[in-house]
Amino acid sequence: MLRIEEIKNSVKKNLRLGNLIPQLLLLFTFVFIIYYFTSNAQTNMASRNISSGFDFLKTNSGFDVQFSLIDYDGSYSFGRAYLVGLLNTLLVSSFGIVFATILGFLVGVARLSNNFLLSKLSQLYVEILRNLPLILQIFFWYFVVLRNLPSTENSFIFLDFLIVNVQGAYFPKFIFTNFNAIFYGLVCAILAIFLARYYSKKLIYERGKSLPVFKISILCLILFTTIFALIGNTDLQLKRAELIQNFGIFNYVGGVKLVPEFLALLFALSLYTSTFIAENVRAGILSVGKGQKEASKSLGFNNSQSLKLIIIPQALRVIIPPTTNQYLNLLKNSSLAAGIGYPDLASVFAGTALSQTGKAIEIIFIVMLTYLSISLIISAFLNWYNHKIAFVEK
Amino acid sequence: MKINILKFFGSLALLFAFVISSVTANAGTKDDVTKKGSLNCGVSQGVPGFSNADASGKWTGIDVDMCRAVAAAVFGDANKVKYQPLSAKDRFEVLKSGQIDMLARNTTWTLSRDAGLALEFVGTNFYDGQGFIVRKAAKINSAKKLNNVKVCVETGTTTELNLRDYFKANNLKYEAVAFTKADEAVAAYDAGRCDVYTTDKSGLAAQRTKMKNPAEHTVLPETISKEPLGPVVRGDDQNWKDIASWSLYVMIEAEELGVSSKNIDSMKSTDNPNIKRLLGLEGDTGKSLGLAPEWAYNIIKQVGNYGEVYEKNVGANTPIGLARSGSPNQLWTKGGILYAPPVR
Repeated sequence: MLRIEEIKNSVKKNLRLGNLIPQLLLLFTFVFIIYYFTSNAQTNMASRNISSGFDFLKTNSGFDVQFSLIDYDGSYSFGRAYLVGLLNTLLVSSFGIVFATILGFLVGVARLSNNFLLSKLSQLYVEILRNLPLILQIFFWYFVVLRNLPSTENSFIFLDFLIVNVQGAYFPKFIFTNFNAIFYGLVCAILAIFLARYYSKKLIYERGKSLPVFKISILCLILFTTIFALIGNTDLQLKRAELIQNFGIFNYVGGVKLVPEFLALLFALSLYTSTFIAENVRAGILSVGKGQKEASKSLGFNNSQSLKLIIIPQALRVIIPPTTNQYLNLLKNSSLAAGIGYPDLASVFAGTALSQTGKAIEIIFIVMLTYLSISLIISAFLNWYNHKIAFVEK
Repeated sequence: MKINILKFFGSLALLFAFVISSVTANAGTKDDVTKKGSLNCGVSQGVPGFSNADASGKWTGIDVDMCRAVAAAVFGDANKVKYQPLSAKDRFEVLKSGQIDMLARNTTWTLSRDAGLALEFVGTNFYDGQGFIVRKAAKINSAKKLNNVKVCVETGTTTELNLRDYFKANNLKYEAVAFTKADEAVAAYDAGRCDVYTTDKSGLAAQRTKMKNPAEHTVLPETISKEPLGPVVRGDDQNWKDIASWSLYVMIEAEELGVSSKNIDSMKSTDNPNIKRLLGLEGDTGKSLGLAPEWAYNIIKQVGNYGEVYEKNVGANTPIGLARSGSPNQLWTKGGILYAPPVR
């Protein structure tokens, strides 16, 4: 209510004549500047015979990309190349956000720990990693760590599962037969978990008894999926990467492959961003009044209960807004991929496609619009979440 | 309130001033260059033999000499050049935007670049073709045997496109690992990230000298493409294009006529009208280009003829070691395809 009144007042104030003229002039200037730059670009491009337009998106790209989540090679269009870059950006950003969040929470909590060594180590971690430029950290992982791994024929092989060499990391591909049985198992498990939660709530309200809901949920997941898998005859096969020799050249083919460019970028982005999230988490926890902790203790909550039920829900309100910024930073920082040749949106589309077509204005426009859209979506989602967990004034 | 409005108009005026000052008049490139007092020349980020800076920052190479030739023609001084190292990816945009006056960066002449990018190729100063380099330990002696390999390549190049064409046409499997800088691609290959590195064959010879142990690598015999490398200018200035083109042609013509930087002064007493025209002693070739009569003399005196430039930078006695005889980069009279239109 208050906000609507405020807006109304400010509109009224702004509609007074003395205020109206400069505002109209400002609007006029703004429109004029936009018009000036677009028409300037158009006339200059026309005078230099530079063709413009978006038709190039449909033509064959002619170049290959080393790492793609969808089918792609040079016979596909530039539009498809855009999609390849976009998915690669989303891949590294989403993994980066998940890892940075987990690491950030652990480090942030560890820094407040009573264990002297643990808290000092976390402090060291934060102070070192957040104060080094990100591009240097990417270079460190790429040129110092991953470049010095053994060659293909001398790969590290861990437990016949993970293969690591200078050309990348290879996991086996999981191939399920009769996968639907597991799927049905999952559905049943989720139903059971909902039931358990409902029952435990009822139990708390009626008898004041609490159930270990988390443990029960895990048990349900394991139990139902294994039982269903056994009944449904589900079979899991690991398809490992195979070493292929062609004269003196060795290469692993098949399996799930992670290229070093991806790994370097993922490590650097996750570690760097996690330090900022750790500080947010620390600030959030410290922002919850001491009285809250003491009150929860005096009510008989144990440590983990008080953390889970009292401290974190209140801390989240402080943690989420700045963490949203960090997620957006991570997404935008992922465009540093161009420095090491990871084919993300910026390097595939604003790099290779741009220089192969010469359509600088169109391509930069598309790429800017894309980053803007993803950023706005992330921030809208987190704003919604923040709003949801905010204090409800009664 | 009044102060606010004043402030407002003040900032408005500033904005307009900014907008108006950003309008640049499009005078001729030659006049711009003369006014600046130096030629801005786009070169590579370091391809020995073509354009490479030594430890003291001095640029040398066959492309660098192209820049020097144009500076000699315009200023009468081959040293009035400012070099701007560019990645393959950025080169055309930087040229189009006017930050450089000319691009001499081992750039392949293709239809889509010539016609589609509003650029003008001024000629070919090196006929090249794409090849592959592999480790000797790979025991591969032909590009046809490259299968299931990872290939390091510089992005934004014709190399990247030819690579795909070649592997597709021969039904071979490969992965292209693309880097923005040639140096990065070479370093990645050298570190074992790729099994093969591909670029123009002259580039292979040049980059090989930068590898940890050049003797461990071998260039495969196949040449998979035509790569006529040459300088590029913007397409909106015919006069400037002519100046650049003829700067190249007079170097070729001089070699054909036997004029070099060493004997050019003694040639002044010759009776050969072709040589006289070249040296600006007869007729006035400079006039139609808007240059001084002795423009070609300056090029040959200060930079040299084509043969001198070739032998000095990429010839058999350099670390690059590209023998000239038998290659296309030989005068047409000696079985090559270098042929300059008449200078008259």
